[in-house]
Amino acid sequence: MKVSSFLRVLAVFGLALSPGLGLAEWNLNFKPTNTILGHDIEMLHNWIMWIILGISIVVFGAMFYSILKHRKALGHKASHFHENTTVEIIWTIVPVVILIGMAIPATKVLLAARDTSAPDITIKATGYQWKWGYDYLDEGVKFYSSLSTPRDQINGLAEKGETYLLEVDRPVVVPVGKKVRILTTANDVIHSWFVPGLSVKQDAIPGFIRDTWFKAEETGTFRGQCTELCGKEHGFMPIVVEVVTEEEYKTWVAAQLAESGAPSFDANKTYTVAELVSAGEQVYNTNCVACHQPGGVGMPPTFPAIKGGKIATGPIGDHIDIILNGSKKNPMMAAWGSQLTDMDIAAVITYQRSGINDLGEAIQPGDVATARGI
Amino acid sequence: MEAVHDHDHHQPAGLMRYVTTTNHKDIGSMYLWFSFVMFLMGGVMALVIRAELFQPGLQVVQPEFFNQMTTLHGLIMVFGAIMPAFVGFANWQIPMMIGAPDMAFPRMNNWSFWLLPPAGILLAGSLLAPGGAGGVGWTLYAPLTVQQGMGMDMMIFSIHILGMSSIMGSINIVTTILNLRAPGMTMMKMPLFVWTWLITAYLLIAAMPVLAGAVTMTLTDRHFGTHFFNAAGGGDPVMYQHIFWFFGHPEVYIIAIPAFGVISEVIPTFSRKPLFGYASMVYATASIAILSFLVWAHHMYTVGMPVEAQLYYMFATMLIAVPTGVKVFNWIATMWKGSMSFETPMLFAQGFLFLFTIGGFTGLVLALTPVDIQLHDGYYVVAHFHYVMVAGALFAAFAGVYYWLPKWIGRMYDERLGKIHFWLSIIFFNVTFFVQHFLGLAGMPRRIPDYALQFADWNMVSSIGAFGFGFSQIFFLYILLKAIKSGEKAPEKPWDGATTLEWTHLPTPAPYHSFETPPNLKD
Amino acid sequence: MASDTSKLENRQTLKKLVFIAILMFGFGYALVPLYKKICEVTGVYSLTKPDEVVNTQVDESRSIVLEFDANSRNETGWEIIPLENRKTVHPGELVQVTFKLTNPTATTFEAQAIPSYGPKEAGQYVKKLECFCFTQQKINANETRDFPVVLVIDPELPKDVTTVTLSYTMFEIEVKSTTENRQASLRERQS
Repeated sequence: MKVSSFLRVLAVFGLALSPGLGLAEWNLNFKPTNTILGHDIEMLHNWIMWIILGISIVVFGAMFYSILKHRKALGHKASHFHENTTVEIIWTIVPVVILIGMAIPATKVLLAARDTSAPDITIKATGYQWKWGYDYLDEGVKFYSSLSTPRDQINGLAEKGETYLLEVDRPVVVPVGKKVRILTTANDVIHSWFVPGLSVKQDAIPGFIRDTWFKAEETGTFRGQCTELCGKEHGFMPIVVEVVTEEEYKTWVAAQLAESGAPSFDANKTYTVAELVSAGEQVYNTNCVACHQPGGVGMPPTFPAIKGGKIATGPIGDHIDIILNGSKKNPMMAAWGSQLTDMDIAAVITYQRSGINDLGEAIQPGDVATARGI
Repeated sequence: MEAVHDHDHHQPAGLMRYVTTTNHKDIGSMYLWFSFVMFLMGGVMALVIRAELFQPGLQVVQPEFFNQMTTLHGLIMVFGAIMPAFVGFANWQIPMMIGAPDMAFPRMNNWSFWLLPPAGILLAGSLLAPGGAGGVGWTLYAPLTVQQGMGMDMMIFSIHILGMSSIMGSINIVTTILNLRAPGMTMMKMPLFVWTWLITAYLLIAAMPVLAGAVTMTLTDRHFGTHFFNAAGGGDPVMYQHIFWFFGHPEVYIIAIPAFGVISEVIPTFSRKPLFGYASMVYATASIAILSFLVWAHHMYTVGMPVEAQLYYMFATMLIAVPTGVKVFNWIATMWKGSMSFETPMLFAQGFLFLFTIGGFTGLVLALTPVDIQLHDGYYVVAHFHYVMVAGALFAAFAGVYYWLPKWIGRMYDERLGKIHFWLSIIFFNVTFFVQHFLGLAGMPRRIPDYALQFADWNMVSSIGAFGFGFSQIFFLYILLKAIKSGEKAPEKPWDGATTLEWTHLPTPAPYHSFETPPNLKD
Repeated sequence: MASDTSKLENRQTLKKLVFIAILMFGFGYALVPLYKKICEVTGVYSLTKPDEVVNTQVDESRSIVLEFDANSRNETGWEIIPLENRKTVHPGELVQVTFKLTNPTATTFEAQAIPSYGPKEAGQYVKKLECFCFTQQKINANETRDFPVVLVIDPELPKDVTTVTLSYTMFEIEVKSTTENRQASLRERQS
């Protein structure tokens, strides 16, 4: 009686605590994988776990038998042996044999994993603080992929969605059943490209490329994260890979190329403050909000406030300069010149000056182009 | 610290006694108290981390402060808590165990301790620097370190001082063991604790300067325009990792080997049976130490190494399982057909044996390159090294404190409370860290302040365990203070199975000056 | 009290141990050239000098897909790209490929390119005879420049490698005329 009521209390307690029951996963093992290599790794892991279980039974069996039987409290008298060469040789050799039994399958999987030759598609993944950039080398598709979870969900002001922190604005799209080679590199610090469902993880090192590959067996969406500490927003740069059919992939590539071919703004047009502010707010929420915070309140001293800030209310030239080229004084302020378009920069500056602050100024894409020195 | 003063108020020199002391027992006590203070500080940081991870979303701290917490927690626990704790044991025990009057260089001993408090203050004080401490992880990987503020320089300077202190301490230990043994105390008659410290001290002398080199290069990269780790100037960020782990892997054994030593004293005492395979224990320890310099890149399987290198590091790493296995088998054989009793030190030793072996198993899993690549930089790794460091080194340190406390202060701890401390620790430890294996397998990266909803349940369990574990250690402080203030007077030899010199040749508590004339141990 | 002989012994042990510590500190630094040497021998990177080609026998029986990639690391706004994405070549064959740098800005700068290879171990088999990565490059304002790279794939390349990527990351080292004239031109436009 007592036990069952205790369990009931525990269960109620557990229910009350577990957030979003439908989403809760009491995972005990690897995530289901979708590549042949992943299955190999899983099998290897299972094999090792069986061996470990076997060793555990022997070692812990002896240990607990001894603890239970050879007690002073039971009146057990101590023997005085303290060496036995035969036994010692046996328990040196037996582990070596077991280790060889582990090393052989591990070596096979390792050699299979390293074969990056003859890919169908090569995608370069570049780590930025804090987002991923992707280049499809042959197809010419290029884009950045940032976290799309709204800041309010992170700060607990809105309910968290199902794919909380594992969703991006533009996922990587690859065809099913094709060998996809991933080249990794980084812009600033070391990042790491990790998608558990595809069993790939490769560090991205600034100045050098590294490679890895996968071949997805089924279509679906696979989510992962950066796994090398890369600064403040390390936990907020997810990776989403959509595995689609061959035709869907081709349609997607065509759409991407069409989009990048047609500029979404007119360099000579003069935009209104309202147009720029609303476009700029989106740019801000994708790129700036993590440090400078919603509403531009910042986190001084490292991340200065934009609301009433010296630069955001000072000369326009300085404002454009710090966004294009980064800050000379504060290394945390990155240079955005190569990552954002003139339109994005014009919009975000207008948003900062006339949305967050109220100077009522409009900065045009042409001004940014001039500042770039073209 | 207070407690020590209260206890020793009959000593004439007051506070200055501790500033100027060259007595190995005073210095040992200071090391132990210092490490305990740092342990609590690092523990509070761990609880900040676990509080933030209690639920998904950002509730308690902001990401950059979270990163500073993970960084400082690691550095403080490794360099401020565990290492000084075992140096404290070495100071107290080595002279008494080999029949020496004191350490070989008493004044240097005083310096090596007094370097620690400034280093600790510098480390913790980096939090107050503009921009806070470095949020780079305890491994201090370049080039992230180059982006940090002044706090990073304070941390680097602090590591220099800590390293200097460790090297001086190690030189002292090696010299003491080699030159000051009592007549008849041959090398192969030394207690295993002394042997493990001799090996550890050599490891420290060889490994710490390499770390000093690595952080110095980081410093010059930051301020003096060198490009050791910057590709633009012909350097390579991966080279930092090679240099760091060349230090870092031996460091793992610097922490573990003295723990092996403590366990090798406690288990025979409470089994009332001599240590099984003494010689093979010595050889196993030495081979672990040598192998530890040859496997460093297994921490870097994902940086992209040629497959031949990965194979080499995998095989070499697996090889470490052999001497480690020998040690575990020897301990169990020591217990086998003994006459065991389970006072608190023995309980902690058994907890060590059980959990360290589990940590060894997960180490074996991580040695396999293809599996490690999936688990690298994730919670499985976090779980693994906490099994080795907390259930390994920390439990051994607890065993050692309970075991030698009567000798040090002449009073007994409360046995009932000690046992409660053990059960609380082992239960909450497993609640905290066992579930982290599952998180790692499911793909949760380490060093993230917020996580996807699929990780929510185990994280909550882990956080509850962490707070339980934290409060169990406050309870430990209470047990210590109670023993010091009002513990029962210890009998001359509270452990009937003890055979080492401090128990057989010295009164309890040990006099301030012991073995001024060395005991003659020749048969 | 320790006797004089044991004090002497202690001092000798001290000296030896301090020597080891200093040696290991030096060893930490020695790892830098050592690492570079290993990298050069294994060909992971050799920056500054052309490789020597010993074997010029063209192996017609094998085809290697060479992929080209370039990364521009700068705050100025210039870009470097390969003019071809991939080429199928035979080992031993002389290969030429062009990388094009476009500097649309009014800035003069110096840049250094760092080559790297995928897979990493293929690096030692990519023999570069001519490369813009051998020296720092000075780029003028509004300049567009083509950099030819001439290389040979060593026929010793392991048989299981059929795809090799040659990637350059070009870093801006020194910027000459910068912020001032950019801001000046902006001010002009604004007024």
